[in-house]
Amino acid sequence: MPDLGLEVLFKGKNFIRLLGGLATALEISLISVAISIVFGLVVGILMSFKNPIVRALTRCYLEVIRIMPQLVLLFIVFFGSTKALGINISGTVSAVIVFSLWGSAEMGDLVRGALESVAKHQYESAGALGLNRIDTYRYVVIPQAVRRLIPQSINLITRMIKTTSLVLMIGVVEVLKVAQQIIEANRMSSPNAAFGVYLIVFVLYFIACRPLSIFSEKLEAKWR
Amino acid sequence: MSEAILEIEHLIKKYDELTVINDLSLSVKKGEVIVIVGSSGCGKSTLLRCLNGLEDIQGGSIKLNGEPVLKASKNISEIRRKIGMVFQSYELFPHMNVLDNILLAPVKVLNRKKEEVKDEAMTLLKRVGLDNKALAYPRQLSGGQKQRIAIVRALIMHPEVLLFDEVTAALDPEMVREVLEVILDLADEGKTMLIVTHEMQFAKAVADRIILLEEGKIWEEGTPEEFFNNPKTERSKEFLRSFTYKRKETVNEYADL
Repeated sequence: MPDLGLEVLFKGKNFIRLLGGLATALEISLISVAISIVFGLVVGILMSFKNPIVRALTRCYLEVIRIMPQLVLLFIVFFGSTKALGINISGTVSAVIVFSLWGSAEMGDLVRGALESVAKHQYESAGALGLNRIDTYRYVVIPQAVRRLIPQSINLITRMIKTTSLVLMIGVVEVLKVAQQIIEANRMSSPNAAFGVYLIVFVLYFIACRPLSIFSEKLEAKWR
Repeated sequence: MSEAILEIEHLIKKYDELTVINDLSLSVKKGEVIVIVGSSGCGKSTLLRCLNGLEDIQGGSIKLNGEPVLKASKNISEIRRKIGMVFQSYELFPHMNVLDNILLAPVKVLNRKKEEVKDEAMTLLKRVGLDNKALAYPRQLSGGQKQRIAIVRALIMHPEVLLFDEVTAALDPEMVREVLEVILDLADEGKTMLIVTHEMQFAKAVADRIILLEEGKIWEEGTPEEFFNNPKTERSKEFLRSFTYKRKETVNEYADL
């Protein structure tokens, strides 16, 4: 068995610190996810409007966010806010802002797609049965849209959790940053610690994301 | 046959500049079965969609028992309850099983008791031979089965008029019969129906009156006997000819070889 330098995790509070880093990562992603779901619904409904101005604006928003690497967005918000606006916001808050902007755009596009994927004839056949507009949405359109939405949005949530690994670049001490610190601090005593610690980081991300994937697979099988 | 149940007067339907229904008047009596035929694009489906308030109209009026059928009117969903419509693509709700598909409208729209409607639904399902599929989901059914369920779903609302929009057009030939037999059965029962179809043998059997629609107008109308045996207009002769096939009589150059 090669030396993975795993012993560094048992030094002092290292393992607890690593878990603390994961908590920070999850905190940023889950707050952003909550915000994204709310705003994503609004953006998605706006995107399905026929009004050309509303469409153009939401389209621009989505494209800009999609084209821009998340890291660039993080730099713009974190450094730009200080430079341009003269306000000082913490790395964590910047991260939540960026992830919410990104999540709302992507979630919006998913909501739009789900609403559009319900065929026009479904509205008509509900109407032909005498269902009014509200009942048509309540019993026919939304249940179908949600079924299409959930697997895709869980995929998005997993991506958001993983992408929090970037926020160490704006000074937020999340799980990857803690891992680096532990490795650096033990460079002399355990030169191989990089292997072991990053392996543990991998396991932690896996534990955080895998239940979501399982949940999504279960739902997909149930609603197939 | 007694009073008119559905009264269409000078109906005009346009999509932008294109006139699809052009000053069409038609009166449907209670218990009457009208089959609408015509080449594709003649406005048959559009006419049915207008009758159910799925399309806004540009002129004229449609009245069901004297009440206007208008897409924009406030009580359109109340009027639609009295008009059943079955579509070419079935349009069952994929997230509900067969029974829930049938029960949705009577329970949520008419506020009828679930248990009571369920009994009726099972009786109707039995009648179309699908009582063993009550708990199946639409994706588990064949096209013909789905279409029979869609008919039951419309029937359970006790509509005063039933509209069938090319209900067998998407079906494999061997499934067409099982659906059309259900409709024939309804005709025997005295249901008022407007049927758009390309199945001429079926039209002949089921119709009290056949209407040939061309250019958004009633080009010719009559009993099935009149229409099929003695078509009056050149258009209807041409239309009927399009259903018969004949090989061109060519001289076989190779016959002697």
